[in-house]
Amino acid sequence: MDAALLLLADSRLPAGGHAHSGGAEQAVRAGAITGTEDLARFLRGRLATTGLVTAALSAAACHLAVLLGSHGEDGGRPWTEPSAAAAAESETDARAAWRELDAEADARTASPAQRYAARTQGRLLLRSGRRIWPSPVLDTLAQAVPDGVHHPIALGAVAAAAGCSRHDAAMAAAYTSITGPATAAVRLLGLDPVVVHRVLAGLVPDLSGVARTATAAASGTVEAGVAARGTAAEAVLRIAWEELPAHAAPALDLLAEQHLRTEVRLFVS
Amino acid sequence: MSANHDDRHHSPDPHGRALRLGVGGPVGSGKTALVAALCRTLGPVLRLGVVTNDIYTTEDADFLRRAGVLDPERIVAVQTGCCPHTAIRDDIAANIDAVETLEERFGPLDLVIVESGGDNLTATFSRGLADQQIFVLDVSGGDKVPRKGGPGVTSADLLVINKTDLAKHVGADLTVMSRDAAAVRDGKPVLFTSIREVPEVYSVAEWVHGVVQSWAHTQAHHPHGPVVPTANA
Ligand SMILES: Nc1nc2c(ncn2[C@@H]2O[C@H](COP(=O)(O)OP(=O)(O)O)[C@@H](O)[C@H]2O)c(=O)[nH]1
Ligand SMILES: [Mg+2]
Repeated sequence: MDAALLLLADSRLPAGGHAHSGGAEQAVRAGAITGTEDLARFLRGRLATTGLVTAALSAAACHLAVLLGSHGEDGGRPWTEPSAAAAAESETDARAAWRELDAEADARTASPAQRYAARTQGRLLLRSGRRIWPSPVLDTLAQAVPDGVHHPIALGAVAAAAGCSRHDAAMAAAYTSITGPATAAVRLLGLDPVVVHRVLAGLVPDLSGVARTATAAASGTVEAGVAARGTAAEAVLRIAWEELPAHAAPALDLLAEQHLRTEVRLFVS
Repeated sequence: MSANHDDRHHSPDPHGRALRLGVGGPVGSGKTALVAALCRTLGPVLRLGVVTNDIYTTEDADFLRRAGVLDPERIVAVQTGCCPHTAIRDDIAANIDAVETLEERFGPLDLVIVESGGDNLTATFSRGLADQQIFVLDVSGGDKVPRKGGPGVTSADLLVINKTDLAKHVGADLTVMSRDAAAVRDGKPVLFTSIREVPEVYSVAEWVHGVVQSWAHTQAHHPHGPVVPTANA
């Protein structure tokens, strides 16, 4: 684990996360979360679905950022060419690769309300991440998806810029997928924060498992793509992202849609 | 600096951007009323944008839009997830995003006002969000409030003590408030207002106009802006 992961996963990272409840606010309103037992079930479900999907996307984005970031370094990469035209072309390819991965995140997010929330969070994270860990790869990503990239994509790319591994990126995504809603439930229901942290502690084995599965899935997908093709620049454009996990959570989708239509709400999502 | 003009994530160069004015203070002290008044009075002379930080709903943004003091599209609401204070001090990302969105859409602007959701006396704006800040108290909380101090009262660039029309009803002594505020504010200005009686709030508008002008002046004379990290630094 890289120490930068601690900064990235910290709820104090100034990237707007505190205003998102990941469906918890609406679940509380709907009576689906009334206490710590309900909350534990909600979090377990969220981790196994959205948590795994976002962890895999985050690991994939971290991997992609590292591949694209090695452009121009002394590594004998096939696409390291000195001419301006080649550089512009590889920049175009890089943007296209980011847009493809972002489209995969979109395809895995059925609810427009969740897409909106994910893009808002991604935009804020990328903005802060670029100031904290400046990197050309993050600039390219911001230019590729100017209205805001999906949060797990931003998280993976920022993780790479911070020096974190794919596994770290997956861990950060899985971790924030449950700590955000848990904190929101503490605030909304006045739950005992120590008991809620015990619930989170109980989920640690699941967290580790999700991060491992997600990393393996992302690495397998990326490596298969890169190995199969000619130059790496072409390869990143042809990675079979559709093979990444795509677990759905229709209840979360519905909660997100209802939340957006509720007049009185404290959280963005 | 990058030359990517299509990059909407790029923090605007401090050179030439609008002054960002934070308006903070306890719930109900008259922040929204003050923002509306400033828009009414300064709207004809300055290019404005407003960001509200509502606690539950989009109440303040809706009020301002209905008041017709500003093009409704120039008023953006930010949600703060139970923590109005966090959104203006510790994690200002959503507010910065809203300010930059307004500047991109309607810029160049002279002034963007960010109204806090309202909090206790310790709530102040981060310097990363607000270049200048006004703290709004009202007399109905009692004349002891300025003496209690707190970062809002002591460090705001301008302290506004509103609802002077209510002073006689709540037995608040304005001289005491004025003396106590002066004692903890180290010479920084304090203005008494009754937005109910003087809806144009000329005194505050004049102060705001002054800081906008000196901001524009500073920017023009320091073409590279103050040394702050930017997205591409
Ligand atoms: N009597 C009196 N009421 C005021 C004055 N300024 C604002 N109010 C009222 O105080 C209430 C709270 O004002 P608002 O601007 O919403 O406060 P905020 O929570 O700080 O934004 C509203 O009912 C206003 O009409 C004033 O100068 N005098
Ligand atoms: Mg208000």
